[in-house]
Amino acid sequence: MIKRFKYFLSGLFSVFKKKKHIRLGIYGHPNSGKTTLANRICQDWLGEDMGKASSIPHETREIQQKEKVEIESNGKKLSFNLVDTPGIATKIDYEDFIKKGMNKKESQQRAKEATKGVIEAVKWLDNMDAVLVVLDSTKNPYDQVNITIIGNLAARNIPVLILGNKTDLKKANIKKIEAAFPQYKVMGISAEYGDNIEDFYKELFKLVR
Amino acid sequence: MPLTFQYMPHEEFSGLDSERKIQKLLKVVRQNKVVLMEGTLTSKEETDLIQETMSAIDSKFKGVEISSFNPLEKGRTPEEKLRKMFSVMLWGRKRGLTIIGPANIVKEMRKDPRSIQLFLSNRRK
Repeated sequence: MIKRFKYFLSGLFSVFKKKKHIRLGIYGHPNSGKTTLANRICQDWLGEDMGKASSIPHETREIQQKEKVEIESNGKKLSFNLVDTPGIATKIDYEDFIKKGMNKKESQQRAKEATKGVIEAVKWLDNMDAVLVVLDSTKNPYDQVNITIIGNLAARNIPVLILGNKTDLKKANIKKIEAAFPQYKVMGISAEYGDNIEDFYKELFKLVR
Repeated sequence: MPLTFQYMPHEEFSGLDSERKIQKLLKVVRQNKVVLMEGTLTSKEETDLIQETMSAIDSKFKGVEISSFNPLEKGRTPEEKLRKMFSVMLWGRKRGLTIIGPANIVKEMRKDPRSIQLFLSNRRK
């Protein structure tokens, strides 16, 4: 009887704990604009950046966290811990970084750190309460990395919002993302220029409620 | 140098746990062969494959390109979910096809709902 009561109490507390410290993860392919989005959110609500965004892939090679980000929409408030993750990839070639202008030693170091970053990002999937999957809307959404991330979140029953980023670019195609993932809510945004960002904040309330 | 496609039927993995299944797949890919695996991996196996691949990357092995066809992956209506559940119960994950190639040979896999294109690297090592 006491055991049961303890179990009931721990369950009750875990519900409150989850509500109080929602962990909102940002996942996606390298260079899809995850850190640009994290910076947009942090700039809008905290007035500071979260991390450095770059055109060279794998700029974020460690998990970045910003605690107690509080956003407001329609008079409602939502507080969460924002987690920006390294881009998930199935291959990393240091020579690709050399092509982007880095020297061999730096490139090899970056590649080594990037592989660890991918492993870390995958491990963190279990720690998320809700996830924003950021896709580059100018690229093919049927990429296996996107399917793997979304499939894993579905298997863990973690709520997902798919963001087709870079809608400011001519080649952006949100319809193609919607066709690839018909069972999910898909929103087009430009994290860099803030296009559709107000609607995105409204959608966040639905995602983590 | 010819490009080898190695077909791996579902039966080849019977009795293997996920870890050994992934090791087996990676062993073939690291021999510079493109694997044509009957069926699909679970989402957990896919992330395990990514993690194993990342751990194995060195100056020679650059990682993998992977793509799969799962006839039941789309649609999440109750009817489709039920159909998928029965299909997995009856056949395991035998339906569909998974292609895994070494990244030093397969530069890119471009998938559409009905086709997969393999773009080969011109600096094959």
